[in-house]
Amino acid sequence: MLPGVPDSVLIANRGEIARRVARTARRLGIRVIAVYSEADADLPFVAEADEAVLIGPAPAAQSYLNADAILAAAAATGAAAIHPGYGFLAENATFARRVIDAGLTWIGPSPDAIEQMGDKIRARNLMARAGVPVAAGSVEPVSDADDAIAEAERIGYPVMIKAAAGGGGIGMTVAADAEQLRAGFATASSRAERFFGNPSILIERYISSARHVEVQILGLADGQVIALGERDCSAQRRHQKLAEETPSPGVDDNLRHRMLAAAIQAGEAVGYRGAGTVECLVDRQTGQFVFLEMNTRLQVEHPVTEMVTGVDLVEQQLLIADGAEVSFDVRSVEPSGHALELRVYAEDPVRFLPSPGVISKWQEPTGAGVRVDAGYAAGNVVTPHYDPLLAKLIVSGPDRTEVLARTRAALADFVVAGPKTNLAFHADLLASEEFVTGEYDTSVVSRLRPLAGDGWAPSQGGVRDRDPR
Amino acid sequence: MTEIRAEMVANVWKVVAAEGDAVADGDTLVILESMKMEIPVLAEGAGTVSRLAVAEGDVIQEGDLIAVIE
Repeated sequence: MLPGVPDSVLIANRGEIARRVARTARRLGIRVIAVYSEADADLPFVAEADEAVLIGPAPAAQSYLNADAILAAAAATGAAAIHPGYGFLAENATFARRVIDAGLTWIGPSPDAIEQMGDKIRARNLMARAGVPVAAGSVEPVSDADDAIAEAERIGYPVMIKAAAGGGGIGMTVAADAEQLRAGFATASSRAERFFGNPSILIERYISSARHVEVQILGLADGQVIALGERDCSAQRRHQKLAEETPSPGVDDNLRHRMLAAAIQAGEAVGYRGAGTVECLVDRQTGQFVFLEMNTRLQVEHPVTEMVTGVDLVEQQLLIADGAEVSFDVRSVEPSGHALELRVYAEDPVRFLPSPGVISKWQEPTGAGVRVDAGYAAGNVVTPHYDPLLAKLIVSGPDRTEVLARTRAALADFVVAGPKTNLAFHADLLASEEFVTGEYDTSVVSRLRPLAGDGWAPSQGGVRDRDPR
Repeated sequence: MTEIRAEMVANVWKVVAAEGDAVADGDTLVILESMKMEIPVLAEGAGTVSRLAVAEGDVIQEGDLIAVIE
């Protein structure tokens, strides 16, 4: 076993990420403990673990979000550490504190860092103080239309009106002048009250054509924060990412240099340790970027960074959590080549509506540069209880053109029967001129699939995704 | 008379309309929940909700009756 890692780890998650964390743990000689709900008993991550503990019925609130059951499983199996994956309890500071108080190693940043980044307004103001560019906007929520208009005049139109307590783009609307702002404010405020129990509104400068670009950071055990390149996550449906690539085709060396430096500043401002991601919006017209939020955990799309750097991010998380040095040379690490990830969801490829069911056939592609992180296999049941992510197809190669060619071939070889999947959408995405040229922004998916909706509230007839990531 | 049926396996998250309600085309009747998505079920045409066949918390299968509008 590698010195400086815990001897056993309980993975408080399910599906592909539970399996992916287990793969590295097993390679390092760490005993793997899975926890699972009644709905997931037949999934590969349960069968492959050294030990598996049933923690409750299907609903997440009674299983994967049940901190008592997870801590009891850790105690019963003698787990030395807990890896939360992403989602569920990964960004829950109270859970992180309980893990630490129980004498276990928490594979993640400090509960304080989680807390500071969890409140979006607080995080933005903290970043601004640390010198990280943020969107011009109201520093505090505004509560009436006149205040909103005063803010908008200071910031400059067009502005984005959004719920202070919201997430996932719910109730966001754009105003080009004071009249539109007055009307939009009333609607957004009542919607925010209904959905979040809080009518407060934030006003921000609106970016009409933006790319969603994020930076992978690692806070080392000695306090140093490093950046491992960026990922472009602009291809989204209803604010849920569908495809991610690195390097970003919309980021030049100068912009990359500035973004990575800002991400390091962001990490240092909260004393960040472990793997984290600084999400930004890049304005395609001005070439400027602003801080969006920081995700204090391993990101779904972390594999593209791994493919171009050769760094196993889960291995580094395990080392850092135990206070050890990372296993690569931080001075010489340099991304090379290109990598693309496509998220394979159990949903129809036109409107992106969920499609649970029994998987009758499952055939993963293979080939040069092809990696598949899957949560399911043939015979498994995809239930309605959790998110629709079945697998991630990750393809790397010497350059973007070669990666797109390899990905098209891999997509053609990826066979899933039973639930509908978005594989056919991905084939269309890879055939679209926007994506092929790299000249795309955050609305590329809605241009290809106008029927899929934009993530507005269900009361407006649109499907809404909870907690997109 | 229009029968509104489920397009997928889902949980009934919220029942918005009630039996006897007058609804317009496109009004939300219930909101389903599946795979962390909230999916509104809309009235197809104006009329009166003569039957609501689901309650909050129900698990429904593809093709199950949700509501009848007359």
